[in-house]
Amino acid sequence: MSGIVMPRPDDEVLARRGEIVAALKRLVPGEGVIDAAVEMRAYESDALTAYRQLPLVVVLPETVEQVSAVLRYCHENSVKVVPRGAGTSLSGGALPVGDGVLLSMMKFNQVLDIDPANRAAVVQPGVTNLGITRAVEHLGFYYAPDPSSQIACSIGGNIAENSGGVHCLKYGLTTNNVLGLEMVLVTGEVIRLGGKHLDAEGYDILALMTGSEGLLGVVTEVTVRILQKPETARAALIGFPTSEDGGQCVADIIGAGIIPGGMEMMDELAINAAEDFVNAGYPRDAGALLIVELDGPEAEVDYLLGEIEAIARRNKASSLRVSTSEEERNTFWAGRKAAFPAVGRISPDYLCMDGTIPRKALPEVLTRMRALGETHGLRCANVFHAGDGNLHPLILYDANQPGQLEAAEAFGADILKLCVEFDGVLTGEHGVGIEKRDLMPEMFTEDDLKQQQRVKCAFDPKQLLNPGKVFPVLHRCAELGRMHVHKGQLPFPDIPRF
Amino acid sequence: MSDTLSPRSADEVREAVQWAAAEEQPLEVLGTGSKRALGRPVQAAHALDLSALSGIMLYEPAELVISALAGTPLAEIEAALDAHNQELAFDPIDYGALLGHAPGAGTVGGMIGANLAGSKRLKFGAARDHILGMEAVSGRGEIFKSGGRVVKNVTGYDLPRTLTGSWGTLAVATRITLKVQPRAEMEATFVISGLNPREATQAMTAAMGSSAEVSAAAHLPPEIAAVLSAHGHALSGAATLLRLEGFASSVDYRFAALKALLQVGGTVSRLEAEASRALWRDVRDCRAFAGTDEHVWRISVAPTAGADFIARVQAAFACQAYCDWSGGLVWLAVSGEDPQADAVRAAVADVGGGHAMLVRAPAPLRTAVAVFQPQPEALAALSARIKAQFDPHGVLNPGRMGS
Ligand SMILES: Cc1cc2nc3c(=O)[nH]c(=O)nc-3n(C[C@H](O)[C@H](O)[C@H](O)COP(=O)(O)OP(=O)(O)OC[C@H]3O[C@@H](n4cnc5c(N)ncnc54)[C@H](O)[C@@H]3O)c2cc1C
Repeated sequence: MSGIVMPRPDDEVLARRGEIVAALKRLVPGEGVIDAAVEMRAYESDALTAYRQLPLVVVLPETVEQVSAVLRYCHENSVKVVPRGAGTSLSGGALPVGDGVLLSMMKFNQVLDIDPANRAAVVQPGVTNLGITRAVEHLGFYYAPDPSSQIACSIGGNIAENSGGVHCLKYGLTTNNVLGLEMVLVTGEVIRLGGKHLDAEGYDILALMTGSEGLLGVVTEVTVRILQKPETARAALIGFPTSEDGGQCVADIIGAGIIPGGMEMMDELAINAAEDFVNAGYPRDAGALLIVELDGPEAEVDYLLGEIEAIARRNKASSLRVSTSEEERNTFWAGRKAAFPAVGRISPDYLCMDGTIPRKALPEVLTRMRALGETHGLRCANVFHAGDGNLHPLILYDANQPGQLEAAEAFGADILKLCVEFDGVLTGEHGVGIEKRDLMPEMFTEDDLKQQQRVKCAFDPKQLLNPGKVFPVLHRCAELGRMHVHKGQLPFPDIPRF
Repeated sequence: MSDTLSPRSADEVREAVQWAAAEEQPLEVLGTGSKRALGRPVQAAHALDLSALSGIMLYEPAELVISALAGTPLAEIEAALDAHNQELAFDPIDYGALLGHAPGAGTVGGMIGANLAGSKRLKFGAARDHILGMEAVSGRGEIFKSGGRVVKNVTGYDLPRTLTGSWGTLAVATRITLKVQPRAEMEATFVISGLNPREATQAMTAAMGSSAEVSAAAHLPPEIAAVLSAHGHALSGAATLLRLEGFASSVDYRFAALKALLQVGGTVSRLEAEASRALWRDVRDCRAFAGTDEHVWRISVAPTAGADFIARVQAAFACQAYCDWSGGLVWLAVSGEDPQADAVRAAVADVGGGHAMLVRAPAPLRTAVAVFQPQPEALAALSARIKAQFDPHGVLNPGRMGS
């Protein structure tokens, strides 16, 4: 284990374990409660595998009533709860706590309603991202946000992380594609937000829930927007001598008023790792590779591909191929979509970072990143959502070499600080979790973070839901609520008044 | 109102709110005041006028981002974008005509406070879908920021989006950062004349469910189409409108695709460029009900429920209505003294739920009747706790969203 410290388990709760497990077994009968250590192993970490912790007990509810009863019990008895979907979080968002319940939502796996006329689908949170598309594709529809983990990750987890994917440039993130939720508050109260209609009727709590990393409530039902599949989609594979040229090409495409369906870039190390792994026909000698996908009516796609080809040539493209079949298009994407496992083959371990920067800063940030790699003595492969400036530097290291995990984490932290320095952010789509928790002050002032934590207090004043995540310093809600007021005479003589 | 404070900086906003919180003196938060007639009237001895906090701080067309102080006129933002062939994709409604004042009066802060959207809501979302970052002063008198200037960002809770549509009751926004979009090369409207509401719903549903990428869909019954044709739009009889935007060749292609798809009867015509834009502006801004003295409701339901909702309320009381958002947004004008709040809300519930906002009514009515959709108990209690965490002394726009 490395530098990130989790809150100390509460001995008093640990001492009550037998009683808590028995109570939960009454609330969720059958096989819904797992308390044997060997069986709980499967839940001890998410995709940030450097961190592991057995929970107090694992609970797999099947109904909203059970979720409500479990939360009410935990709230009344001051037991912590960590919600979990498929466990693919890269930021440790679903890492258990030793004195808390791990609440797996994966038995909520039903598609409840498909409503093509209103372009909506209602699903349970354990349905996988791809499962939604599978359920509606016979009607010609799909669910647009498509994280690379879409085969495995759950829509509940997508909401918690506001997940993105290559198609988010044109079609928006999870937050732009969710219409409604049913959720259970930590008190066990069930509330519904939104539905097949648009816009919130009060505060936009739906927006607040999206990206809240399991800290505010447990999602039990989701209404998403589904879209008609575009008539055609074609991709261009464009090689450039340097990332600077590729970056300029991206800026010029957007400058020309074109918003492609997807626009992804990879650097030399990532290109070669992907090519070794899937033989997608990537140009191994290119310094940067851009995949641009256009979708829509055929006439439009053909026209825009012509425009993009011209822009690419002006930016010194060293190679350019346009897909001529669905099969070829999928091959172009195969390398990019398998970039993480491909890098996993060339290095025993890797850490995936997730900062976002303004696009224009790309060349400078890449140069600085290379220098940082030399300082830390580690290599880094880069894949990024070029259209929206979301970087995924993959830091290669070997956990069996003493000190390498620490060096990789330090390198990662330096990369994220670099992103913030260029007016970017710590995480674009993977979430803060535990991984970036201690870096939050790089981006936010104490007042910024306190106001965020006060929001948490409105939902969960005892701070039982997913503790130890997102916020570097825990404040009690009573302390956060205190206000220092200075009663005064007529103030601010300088502000104009009428 | 006895006193108006006009801060020129975020620090001055903070000073003013700190004083208000200490003295428990409620503030009415205003941009230019263009939306004062919306929502429940605020009773406050002091106004906080943000119009001096104005100016575009950053606009980078190639990065598709703009950032401005909260009191910046929306018209100034739109002009800056226009000069670079860009726009706010969500096409915010201009309430000027409906509320009886000049158009183009609002500020960017007001747009965010009211979560404005336009006819293109179905495809491009509302203001909440385009906000990237915000700096604000909470009711506690503390400056905080959230979000940033990039689209992909999950660093902390999404407060900018949450505060969008909070009508200035949680915090006073001082600076707002938005995503912008290239303007479409051209547009055209596919007009079908003579459909009844049921046929129109079918046509809009089929069009929206096709790959023709329709950016807006509305249906105007004959009496509403007549009002708009008196404003110079080429309409006769009931009109079902489907808006197409994009590159020229693509628009033509999709127009033809719609023609092949929609064998619903009625006669098809095409409105080009400026004629199309002008018509959609009036549909968006509810021009049909401008200058009358009826009570006007804005109702949000599932798109296929719109026509059914209209049929129900028209059977129950005297009113006029049309729908936008492929049926999902109903504009309803009720004549007479009574705005029929209970009947309107019962009809919303009967067609599957949604919400109804009373957008135009005299102030006493907007105090007596719930302007916003009443919420179930647990949700209302949660909203009240959120309010208390931002504004414990209740000094920002008290009562604006409800008593
Ligand atoms: C190989 C790989 C590729 C990836 N690619 C992408 C990508 O392209 N884009 C992207 O955005 N992410 C990507 N991810 C990250 C990850 O898949 C997403 O964050 C995903 O949304 C997590 O979903 P999950 O179901 O696995 O959630 P988990 O990992 O189980 O949990 C994630 C968070 O959600 C909370 N949570 C889960 N379910 C609920 C619920 N029902 N109610 C409340 N809170 C809940 C948990 O408490 C936790 O905080 C990738 C991960 C891997 C391993």
